[in-house]
Amino acid sequence: MTAARGTLGVVMLVHTALGRAEQTIRHWVAGGCPVVVHVDRPVDDATFRAFRASLADLPQVSFSPRFRCEWGTWGIVAATQAAAEQMLAAHSQVRHVYLASGSCLPLRPVAELTAWLAARPETDFIESATTADVPWTVGGLSEERFTLRFPFSWKTRRRAFDWYVGFQRRWGLRRRIPPGVVPHMGSQWWCLTRATLEAILRSPDRPAHDRYFRRVWIPDESYFQSLARLHSRRIESRSLTLAKFDFQGKPHIFYDDHLQLLRRSDCFVARKIWPHADRLYDAFLTAETGTPALADPNPGKIDRLFAKAVERRTRGRPGLYMQSRFPNRDWENGLTSSRYSVFEGFAELFDDFESWLARATGTRVHGHLFAPGRVEFEGRQSVFTGALTDDARLRDRDRWMFLTNLLWNTRGERQCFQFGPGDALPRAAAPGGPRGAAQPEAGALRATSTQAEFSWRLARDPNAEIFVISGAWAIPLFRSGGGFAELRRQAARLQSIEADHLGILRSPHAKARVRIWTMADFVDAPMEGLQAVVDEMGHGIWRRLAEVPRMADLDGFGQFLQNLKNQGMHPYLMGDFPAGPAPVRRPPAKRKPYLVR
Amino acid sequence: MGAWQSYRLRLRRQRWRARAWRKRRELTPVTDRTDAIRRGDILVLSTFRNENVRLPWFLRHYRDLGVQHFLMVDNGSDDGGAEYLSTQPDVSLWRTEAGYKRARFGVDWLNHLASRHGHGHWCLTVDPDEILIYPFCDTRPLRALTDWLDASSIRSFSAMLLDMYPKGPMGAQPYRRGSDPLEVAQWFDSGNYVIERNSRFGNLWIQGGPRARAFFADRPERAPALNKIPLVKWDRRYVYESSTHMLLPRGLNLVYDEWGGEKASGLLLHFKFLDTFSGKAEEELERRQHYGASREYLAYARRMEADPDLWCKWSERYINWRQLEILGLMSKGNWA
Repeated sequence: MTAARGTLGVVMLVHTALGRAEQTIRHWVAGGCPVVVHVDRPVDDATFRAFRASLADLPQVSFSPRFRCEWGTWGIVAATQAAAEQMLAAHSQVRHVYLASGSCLPLRPVAELTAWLAARPETDFIESATTADVPWTVGGLSEERFTLRFPFSWKTRRRAFDWYVGFQRRWGLRRRIPPGVVPHMGSQWWCLTRATLEAILRSPDRPAHDRYFRRVWIPDESYFQSLARLHSRRIESRSLTLAKFDFQGKPHIFYDDHLQLLRRSDCFVARKIWPHADRLYDAFLTAETGTPALADPNPGKIDRLFAKAVERRTRGRPGLYMQSRFPNRDWENGLTSSRYSVFEGFAELFDDFESWLARATGTRVHGHLFAPGRVEFEGRQSVFTGALTDDARLRDRDRWMFLTNLLWNTRGERQCFQFGPGDALPRAAAPGGPRGAAQPEAGALRATSTQAEFSWRLARDPNAEIFVISGAWAIPLFRSGGGFAELRRQAARLQSIEADHLGILRSPHAKARVRIWTMADFVDAPMEGLQAVVDEMGHGIWRRLAEVPRMADLDGFGQFLQNLKNQGMHPYLMGDFPAGPAPVRRPPAKRKPYLVR
Repeated sequence: MGAWQSYRLRLRRQRWRARAWRKRRELTPVTDRTDAIRRGDILVLSTFRNENVRLPWFLRHYRDLGVQHFLMVDNGSDDGGAEYLSTQPDVSLWRTEAGYKRARFGVDWLNHLASRHGHGHWCLTVDPDEILIYPFCDTRPLRALTDWLDASSIRSFSAMLLDMYPKGPMGAQPYRRGSDPLEVAQWFDSGNYVIERNSRFGNLWIQGGPRARAFFADRPERAPALNKIPLVKWDRRYVYESSTHMLLPRGLNLVYDEWGGEKASGLLLHFKFLDTFSGKAEEELERRQHYGASREYLAYARRMEADPDLWCKWSERYINWRQLEILGLMSKGNWA
């Protein structure tokens, strides 16, 4: 290490947590850095005097004239200018000036930073980018920061601020940018060389620049960033201070549990530190030992951590509905958490469809989850993941939430279930709704309890894969052999429900992947249909089906349909079924699985 | 939301404030140490009846989180809990014999105490059987959370009730005074909650969990509400509208994100189902001072005789807050 002591000067802007600031200042001074401190104007005089007295034993620490540093205003720049001038005038050995705040914490020994900077004597470290090229701006003002005037405070006089922005936009009022200046923006925290800083502060154009930037919005992120471009010999556009911002533009805060992360980042300085993070202050402000390392800062891990936090706040976890995430319609970012398959009519047409599908695809296959009597979980368990029970009344409290819960609870495992018009809620008695007793004046509460609404949710969900054999609901009726008048009534009801449902699935707004066969078509070539199902689920690509489920005995089904027609009820959803005594094609040996070679 | 509706909610809020003011007469101070409250202190407000067995752990948990002062209302206890509390240096205690129901289940009393002592403070309103869990609660004190909420201009923080229960009959493992209730009741339901939005007050209404499953399967819409907003940067104009489920002004109820993101939220681990429960249920049924004609306790009493084991094969065992975060019961939001 050859770096001379005192070649790095620190300008520190302080407004709260003065105790912590004092600790940090002592750390800088112990590392050989002179420090110029700016204390925000609103800090009351008694506090300020006490603070100054507490640092009186350090001759390398001086205090600069105080300005009022309101967020986004010129005061911060004015304070920085004054303090930097004082630094340059009083400490002639300083080669680099580091701008820090009271809540900045040096993570690596000061000697490492001075040595590292001494190896780069002509480089200015200041994040500086043109407005067009970065997506940083919050609140929709990017280029306009430099072309409009901002006399009103955004924090305290938001209305006036917004009105005046609108006014200038409407009348096309624009400011002239001083010649030679190209607006750049970047982090407020920089480290500049003496040469660059002097050039900025002693430039003959400084009055013009100051006048212009005084009315720019958030000048502390653009004044030095723009002017350094005019004078610097070598700019590295990055800040040596690790500072992450969240989606609203306010800095993320570091706590004790970030200790290891900060250690491994190899960054020189981090902000903002929670003032009560004792472990961080204890760990990083202790005496320096060993030979300084010269590693470059590597904040990748921290970047990822905070990027994920922003992602969680703005996009959330798809398919999760919970106390602090309840998206409005069309803003769900994923109606459900994972892909699932819905089978309509298959369990009616094939006697052992569920177990066959589970074997053929290795997925979790439920029965009719929405059956009227109970929830038919796989294996007819009475409780399923997440402690969902098979109680139909609990499920019908909100059918869609039941499904999203089931899918959320089984993340990582493909769910399949049977569905059909027989699962529809009776129209009159939709449960749920505003009669809830827990909150009697609950206003217009509403559950997704109507059948059409449920169909719509399925249809809108890109995660849903829906296979329908239309009209297959007639098979259980046909096999039940009940009184014909009752069968006719039920057939009419089921057909109307299914027709509505299919209409929704065929809507241009549907986003689910839907495949619909008429029963006649499917029975005509069952192998093709089943193969298509397995292929679309992505399981049968490399192999042909070795086994198919056992089809129901359809002897006399055509006649059954004909009887319905004769009663004036036209079943049309199953397609053209011959009215003759036997269906078109049947498995050669009925009630026995057959193999296809 | 029209001007008329806003106006009516405003009237409603004024009414609750006036009512809280009136009900202050029912409170007799036992030990008033509110002078000790300093600017920026975090306060806990609570009303209780015969909870002596839970109080030591309750105080310990919230002291460990960094709560500076407890404002407690004793509604006619006779088990020595009040005497215990009055010896605690950071507790201010009031006593009342008035009806719990007439004070809108204690809300009026606490609204009064909050407006009197809580203005400008972060106030945590919880029952003695509710233990707050929030993101990073094992490494960051409550002050870290409230500082972050302040910095983010967030005024209220959601913490859903999560009913905890033991494995096996409730009476099998006795709870020892002062011990961690998690040693006894460490199981919960992870994914059977139903949510609706209340358009009038803007809050979410959440039901489900073991109580809905075991006691309200026949009338799920009557299952107890689980949504709670216990942590609020109090202003004397605020009131709790119904328990801590919702507040007025209604903006405080927007603790959830509507555009797909997740806001930060915590959980209240609810230790109702300890061995003390059946005695409590009988007593409360006798008093008839609970919500909705004590319907909840009627349902409990019916079931308690039969089989009081809430545990099932798919119950989850509590590990830490990260587990609850991964299960989607709470969220870190953008707090990292």
